[in-house]
Amino acid sequence: MADLHVELVAADRNVWSGEAHLVVARTSSGDIGIMAGHQPVLGVLESGPVTIRTSDGGTVVAAVHGGFLSFADNKLSLLAEVAELADEIDPQRAERALARAKSDDDSAAERRADVRMRAVAAK
Amino acid sequence: MGAQLRVYKRRIKSVTATKKITKAMEMIAASRIIKAQRQVTASTPYATELTRAVTAVATGSNTKHPLTTEAASPTRAALLLVTSDRGLAGGYSSNVIKAAERLTERLRGEGKEVDVYIVGRKGVAYYGFRERKVVESWGGFTDNPTYADAKAVAAPLIASVQQDTAEGGVDELHIVFTEFESMLTQTPVANRLLPLRLEEDPSAEAVGKPEALPLFEFEPSAEGVLDALLPRYVESRIYNALLQAAASKHAATRRAMKAATDNAGELIKSLGRLANAARQAEITQEISEIVGGSSALADANAGSEK
Repeated sequence: MADLHVELVAADRNVWSGEAHLVVARTSSGDIGIMAGHQPVLGVLESGPVTIRTSDGGTVVAAVHGGFLSFADNKLSLLAEVAELADEIDPQRAERALARAKSDDDSAAERRADVRMRAVAAK
Repeated sequence: MGAQLRVYKRRIKSVTATKKITKAMEMIAASRIIKAQRQVTASTPYATELTRAVTAVATGSNTKHPLTTEAASPTRAALLLVTSDRGLAGGYSSNVIKAAERLTERLRGEGKEVDVYIVGRKGVAYYGFRERKVVESWGGFTDNPTYADAKAVAAPLIASVQQDTAEGGVDELHIVFTEFESMLTQTPVANRLLPLRLEEDPSAEAVGKPEALPLFEFEPSAEGVLDALLPRYVESRIYNALLQAAASKHAATRRAMKAATDNAGELIKSLGRLANAARQAEITQEISEIVGGSSALADANAGSEK
């Protein structure tokens, strides 16, 4: 299967890069799956988990909070202001953050915590 | 011990203490430069990709967007000045403030009002002392800026760019900061962030020009993408500027403190010489007093024996 090169970049660091055969991300108009040879696309990402099926058969899940994806020349760039790999997320901490955000009525924090939880669940 | 000698000893002690402090500051600054440089490098991929994407949308679509089109007659410009919170960095803050003054002068010459936004307490103090108006200022994070800080700085700037000029919005956005070229060279630069000037953007040139940009499909639409993209672009450029300014500040501190340490060393050396001379003069004086006294005694004795 043809592969595409993926760069998952946060504002302050390079989160993940490598070869993959499918990347699923959530854009503002719905989920989008990108495989090698997709037509060039530039989209706005919503907060949500990004799933990367790597070439060696593994799966990488990351929680992404806002950003963009751009695909051209078989190279996909996922730009996120904040991005965390599911392995880096502490489920207990995310759960506590979710509970706290719910009690504080902070919808932005609640959404962030929810995205983290979903990323961990999708792992 | 003579009074003179005691004074020299005291001064040597105090200069030695100062030298220790400046040496420590030099070393701290040196270690922070490395960290700041690493952060600049880590933020580069994001900035490069973002610039590429902005270039792609701005050139690949015919959308008119307030953030990419130049106003027919710009009347107001916003200027973001990035200084440091603390001094002891040689001419670092004054150089960047001077660059801002030059830009302000030029913009005024072109008939634009200038709204000033400042990062860092040094710049705030400079404008405060001269009783000039500052729209908004931030401080406390210049040594170690985070992306959240950049977002906080960018928010009011983006809001005022999006506002109509008649209602107090601005037509242009300029940023003045100190570019970190190398450990030895840091130069204050003035860049125009908005409206975009793609052909003069060095990073866009490096990334976008050699290859023809592909025709992108926009999701949800070119306007929608641009709307979401440009604030991020401004934030990322401001973040990059803050990081470079922090690295430059540390480099300037290191150089200033190295000079201070060297000067203290020189001072200790010359004070040591003076102290030695004073001690020797004292000894010589004591000896001559003893010799003089004993010969006077000998003369007196010789007289009485007769």
